[in-house]
Formats: sequence, C-alpha cells, structure tokens
Amino acid sequence: MPRSITPLLWLLFSAGGTVAALLFPVHVLLTGLAVPLGWLEAPSYESVRGLVRNPVARLYVFVFISLPLFHWAHRFRYTLYDGLQLKHLTELIAVLCYGTAILGTAMTAYLLWNIT
Amino acid sequence: MSAGVHHTPYHPKWYRRRVSVWWWLQNRTYTGFVLRELTSVFVAFFALVYLWQLRALAQGPEAYAHFLALLKTPLFLVLDGVAFLFILFHSITWFNLAPKAVVVRLKGKRVPDWVVVGLNYAAWLVLSGAVAFIVLRGG
Amino acid sequence: MQPTVALRVARYRPEQESEPTFQTYEVPFRKDWVVLDALNYVKDKLDGSLSFRWSCRMGVCGSCGMKVNGSPKLTCAAFLSDSMPGPIRVEPMDYFPVVRDLVVDITDFMQKLKKVKPWIIRKEERPLAEGEYRQTPDELDTYKQFSMCINCMLCYSACPIYGLEPSFIGPAAIALAQRYNMDSRDEAARERLEILSEHDGIWQCTFVGECTKVCPKNVDPAGAIQQYKLMGAAHWLRSLLLPWGTR
Repeated sequence: MPRSITPLLWLLFSAGGTVAALLFPVHVLLTGLAVPLGWLEAPSYESVRGLVRNPVARLYVFVFISLPLFHWAHRFRYTLYDGLQLKHLTELIAVLCYGTAILGTAMTAYLLWNIT
Repeated sequence: MSAGVHHTPYHPKWYRRRVSVWWWLQNRTYTGFVLRELTSVFVAFFALVYLWQLRALAQGPEAYAHFLALLKTPLFLVLDGVAFLFILFHSITWFNLAPKAVVVRLKGKRVPDWVVVGLNYAAWLVLSGAVAFIVLRGG
Repeated sequence: MQPTVALRVARYRPEQESEPTFQTYEVPFRKDWVVLDALNYVKDKLDGSLSFRWSCRMGVCGSCGMKVNGSPKLTCAAFLSDSMPGPIRVEPMDYFPVVRDLVVDITDFMQKLKKVKPWIIRKEERPLAEGEYRQTPDELDTYKQFSMCINCMLCYSACPIYGLEPSFIGPAAIALAQRYNMDSRDEAARERLEILSEHDGIWQCTFVGECTKVCPKNVDPAGAIQQYKLMGAAHWLRSLLLPWGTR
C-alpha cells in the first residue's frame, strides 16, 4: 500500500493543468467574453440543458470543473507555503485548498447526477 | 535581502542570511515563476464560474438568464478579460514545459522537445476548434 | 596606464565582525581574464587575507562557485569583460552558511548526495568470469546528460525552494539519483524512489527552473526532477492498482 498521497496529488495537479491548458482558453473566450459582449449568440437554455443530459457531456463537465480545482489546490498550496513563507500554517493551508477542491467536486457530481 | 542574522546552530560564527519574503522580486525568472503559479487562481475562478453556471442551469431558465446577465456586468467582463490572459499564460507555459516531464523514447532515441511541444499546441487547436463547433452549433 | 576594474568582494571575518561587509579592490582588466584570475591577483598582490576556493580553473572540478553580480557562476568561467564597466560584485553562494569571506560550508549537500546512493547497486554482482557490463549508445544516452554534474552546487544556490526550505534534497542530488536510476547496469531505482518520495524529496520541487539555467554543464536538473516525478507517480499508481507486481 503506497505510503503517502503526494504522488496522487501531483497526478491530479498535472491532469487538471492539462485540462485547463487545453480547454479553458476556448471556453473562457466563448462564455466569458464572446457571448456577454454580443459577438456570438448565446445558446438557448433548452439546448444547453439538452446537451448536458448526454452522459458523455456530463463526464466532460465533471472532469472540466473538478480536475482544474485540484490543479489550483496543489499549486496554490505550494505558492502560499513558498511565496509567503507561511510554514506554520501548512496543515491549515492544505486542508483549505484540497478541501475546497473536494467540495467543488462533490457539488459538481451532485448537480450532474440530479440534472434531468 | 533582509538583514536578520541567523547563525547556524553549533557553528555560531558561520553566517546565514534569512531569505526575504520578497525573494521572488529579485530577478525576472523568479517573478515570472510566481506569476505562472498565480495563474492557478484564475483557473480556479473559472472552474467556480462554470460550477455556478451548472447550478443555475439546474435551477431553471430564470436562474440561468440571471447568471448570463451577471456575466455581462462590467465587473465580470474585466475579471474575465484578466483571467483569460492569465489562463493563456498558463497554457503557453504548460505546453512549453511539457517535454521536460514527458520524455518519449522511440526506438531508443529521445523524441525532440519541439515535437512534444508542437503536438501539445496542435491538440490545443484541434480541441478548441471542436469545442467551439459543438457549443456554437448547439445554439 | 593599464585599464583596471573595481572588484567589490564580500568579506566575512567571524573573529572581528558579525555580518559580512564589502571591500573594493582595483584589479587590472585583461580581456582574457576571468573573475578567478582577478581574485588570485587580489590574493597575490593586494590582500593575502582573502579566502576563496578554487582548483582546476577550467570548469571541471566544481570548486569555484560564487555569486558574480548576483548570479551563481563558476568564477573560472566568468569573464571580466562580460561584466564591464564594473564594479563587479563577488559574493559567496546563496543558501549555504558562510564560513569566511567567499567560502561556504557544503556539508549539507555532501550528506544529501550520500543519501541518494549515487553508485551502481545490483542485487547480485556479476562474477568476473562473465566479463564486463555492456551498454548500447542509446542506453548511455538515457542518463549521460545527468552524469555531467561536477557538484559545483550552483543549482542549490539558484533554487529558491532550497533557500526557503533547507531540508529540501535539492537539484543536483536528484539529478544524480536519476543518473543511476536510468543506468541500465543499476537495479536500485525503487530503493532510491523510496528515499526521494519522502517529504523533502522530489515533491518539494515546484519547477522554478532556475537550477537548469545556472548549471555550467547543461545537466538540466529541473528536467531530471520532473521526469522523476512522473516515474514516482507511475510507480505509485502501479503499487495501488497492482500491489503484487511491485514487491
């Protein structure tokens, strides 16, 4: 039985970073800028809802939200530890970071499971 | 570097300087590194925005419309613009560093770094195109 | 009138001061001189009390690492002409305790190096009658870059994580561990992974990348560490999913 979970956290960080690197720019461009600024027509509520009903789409959305949260958790934890030298708060920081990621993942899973 | 003499135990005469909290401002590489690490904050920001969007979607058409209206406010437009730049920075630094971690050997020879980087950028383009196509076609 | 350049050298004499000071020396400028030549000129002609380490003066022994104008360099490879018009600041390497003037204590690195077992380990040594271990050029290629390390410790001096967390095992030690892990004659990769998966091992590294930038022998310790992380993560997955296979 593997001793520590750091390799797992690093794997989640890497997977999340890859998902964010490959997919976030286009989604941010569309959802955050193009549609609000009126360059593109927003997809209708029904069509988005219909898209999310698809099990493959649900998996995509789950991976899309969950993994980048873990990427942030791992990276931000080290940034606080090294950048701000908050060594005495190391356990608190770890709990806050990974805890947020776990909460976000749980919420996403709950919403995706129950959406009809 | 801050003053703050900190002698090594058992060797009281050896001089040890304490690392300043501003160490990352000392040279360009360090500052660039910290900026790169801070991109994760904007990644988390967007992940939460999508989570919020998902929740609004689950709650119904009014909640969803309200969420879309929120994205149009100046605050969110500015945040999204800044976040977009940071996320681009994340993507570029991520792809450029990929060959350092992922060393592929074909028939004993190491695949050159530029091939690994190029494949990453190619995947980025293809996936972005596919996503744009699906999202826009569904509208 | 021969051109000269000012050398601002850090001095630390524990018997007479509690903090380092700077002393400026005017040394001749020659376009083929390196900082080490200037330091030796100071010691020979101006101030015999200046203490510093050096040996081969050609970039293979790793003794003369110091900070030149804030950057970790081998003083035998740092040309005066690159830092003109001066003054050229010469200080001891960062993140190591300063014993005297430009001399630092390197015990920490030496202990860490030993910890990673940087030698070929085999479960069973081959008897002499079976002859030599053979290796193809491709097998050599997998670790050759990491074998070029001269233990100069410039990478430690450049690594902010080592500065912030002195227990971090550090770039050179990890690169050298990887050099033996990738050597086809070695059989102790798992043993080293156990040592380096500890809290202050490879997982402390956040890939700043400065170690690779300052390395005078192009060892690319940052690359070694990231490869090692991937190896460590893959091993962790294997031991989780196939525990019997990793005994």
